[in-house]
Amino acid sequence: MIRNIVIVCLLVVVAGTSFWGYQEHKEKNAILINAENTYQRAFHDLSYHVDLLQDKIGNTLAMNSKKSISPALTDVWRITSDAQHDVGQLPLTLLPFNKTEEFLSEIGTFSYQTAVRDLDKEPLNDDEYAKMATLYNQAGDIQKELRKVQYLVIKNNLRWMDVETALASQKENSDNTIIDGFKTVEKKVTGYPENSLNPSFSSTKYEDENYQKLKGKKITKEEAIQIAKHYSGFSADPAIKIEKNGKGANYGFYSVSLVDQETKAEVNMDITKKGGFPIWLINNRDINESKLSLNDANLKAQKFLKDHDFEQFELYESSEYDHIGLFNFVSVVDGVRIYPDSVTLKVALDDGGVIGFSAADYLKTHNVNRKINKARLSMEDAKEKINHKVTIMEERKALIINDLGKETLCYEYLGTIDNDTYRIFINADNGNEEKVEKLKNPEPVYENIL
Amino acid sequence: MKGISSKWKGLLSVCVVSICLVTAPAPKEAFSNQIIQRGAKGDDVIELQARLQNIGYYHGKIDGAYGWGTYWALRNFQEAFGLPIDGLAGESTKKKLTNASNFNKAFVHEQINKGNEFTYYSGVDVDKQIKQSETQSKPKTEKTEKTETTKSASVPGGYSQNDIQLMANAVYGESRGEPYIGQVAVAAVILNRVESPSFPNTISGVIFEPLAFTAVADGQIWLTPNEQAKNAVIDAMNGMDPTGQAEYYFNPDTATSKWIWTRPQIKKLGNIFSVNKEVNDLD
Repeated sequence: MIRNIVIVCLLVVVAGTSFWGYQEHKEKNAILINAENTYQRAFHDLSYHVDLLQDKIGNTLAMNSKKSISPALTDVWRITSDAQHDVGQLPLTLLPFNKTEEFLSEIGTFSYQTAVRDLDKEPLNDDEYAKMATLYNQAGDIQKELRKVQYLVIKNNLRWMDVETALASQKENSDNTIIDGFKTVEKKVTGYPENSLNPSFSSTKYEDENYQKLKGKKITKEEAIQIAKHYSGFSADPAIKIEKNGKGANYGFYSVSLVDQETKAEVNMDITKKGGFPIWLINNRDINESKLSLNDANLKAQKFLKDHDFEQFELYESSEYDHIGLFNFVSVVDGVRIYPDSVTLKVALDDGGVIGFSAADYLKTHNVNRKINKARLSMEDAKEKINHKVTIMEERKALIINDLGKETLCYEYLGTIDNDTYRIFINADNGNEEKVEKLKNPEPVYENIL
Repeated sequence: MKGISSKWKGLLSVCVVSICLVTAPAPKEAFSNQIIQRGAKGDDVIELQARLQNIGYYHGKIDGAYGWGTYWALRNFQEAFGLPIDGLAGESTKKKLTNASNFNKAFVHEQINKGNEFTYYSGVDVDKQIKQSETQSKPKTEKTEKTETTKSASVPGGYSQNDIQLMANAVYGESRGEPYIGQVAVAAVILNRVESPSFPNTISGVIFEPLAFTAVADGQIWLTPNEQAKNAVIDAMNGMDPTGQAEYYFNPDTATSKWIWTRPQIKKLGNIFSVNKEVNDLD
């Protein structure tokens, strides 16, 4: 009797478990299919967009009228952006696929810059036509390879989930058609010479990304420590750790960490080997009260800059966070604000100490050969170019990097329409409207308005 | 006698009430000593905005954050009153403003705390200037903990509060056991990727790229981040990049990818190594 009851109970349990297991299994499969479909969609979209991209570049090659080239190139730019978006949704992060992504981005930049250019004044030159022809052929190569992969995926029902597992498990000998296909694409693109880009195109990166142009001689470890001590402001003898850059670095630097013996506050900073310039500094400590106003902190920040040989800087943006003041300064040369040369300072509002400093932008740009020419337009003439709905409140000269990546001398106007404030840059030579931005007001805290 | 006195009393109380509302002569020493500059937040800014609105210079929201609207209002006021036009509320500006305008601190702060939409123009009926907040029925308890009634948050240029929140989630999920500098590094790598042509161009695109971050794959990104993670994100957004321009990093204890081990390292931050794709030949 008891035995029967036990058997019945067990049967019920077994039946229940199997039913539950079956349900789980079904759910898991549904989720897997869902994930697979998302990947498939991104992949087929990618293939379609590269097809389209190649077509559209081909079309522009045959175009003659400027009126049709600009919209066609804008279209190319949009499609590259779509293709990049598709790549970002595929599990290719662990696969070397970056050259292909860079290639797409290259097409995007090229088509954008050519499309926004005034082709009446500056028509496409032969180099640029040649460049477009090359891009057309290269896009054709990629398209061919992708189509092959796409064909195999459809024919053999290949699954992207397998790609994901294969990549995640890092099996060297994993034989996966999709992975192989993408590797072939990447190999093709890697074979393209980098200088297939014309000079006006590569000059968009005018920044001295790797601090090559810094002046000064190489500093030693000892000197780096002295510089770090000076910046940290620690009076007592701090505990010091110093390391130089690893071999993957783009430029030479020392990383110094100083710990104050008493307060245990820690300052980390990087200093360039060449010239001993500070790239950034972070002092991580708790700040629990505000004793100083933002304006007091501003004065402290200015003093810090002066004390560390950053002369001729002007505050252009300040904001207050919880017990912290943040200040952006730009350098001023002959009364012209040089917007690329900016430094950021973070000041604690309890004792006014500088707890954060970043000069990376400034170091990258301030040595670029820069000649500030005389403006051809007067400030009054330039003002005429501004939308008449804007009430102008403030004006000055400024140097900015425009959309085409060139340094341009401008007149800067701050103006308002109703409650919004705009920063407008008018080219001081030809009166072009180089940049218009709506300045941000502090955001409402959502926690409080919901 | 009695009748007259009660009549007087009534009149008097009406006077008192109206004084308390808007027309009260403001106490002269209301502002604190600070010079208020653009970007500041807090009670002084609330007073500045309310006073400027009171005499018709400021038309924005009284939220205690000194933004552009307040800046132009103050400059216009300074111009009209023959003060140096610098957008700084210093001693003389505050004095002139205090004399020219009215401010009822209790009233203004009450409206802000209740979340009411309101204005503070003089010569307009008080009741007409208040629009009751829809969510007023929910009394907010957290208000008592806060000493300041600021209703706005500063955000680094080009980003929103939600960007900060999303990145803080990723940073916390990826590196909550790391020292602060390591967390700034993770945030900096995300931003370097947004800039890079070989990665998606948005913060969410970078974070949710398949297989890019383990914290996204295993769901740890949905843990609630702490203040430190947020501060790290804000530091990185303000241009502090401890990684040496890296787009990749790994933690030797948890890294699953063999490929990442073979990459040339840039530097060590806490337990994290920032790495480059290729070796650079430096001297």
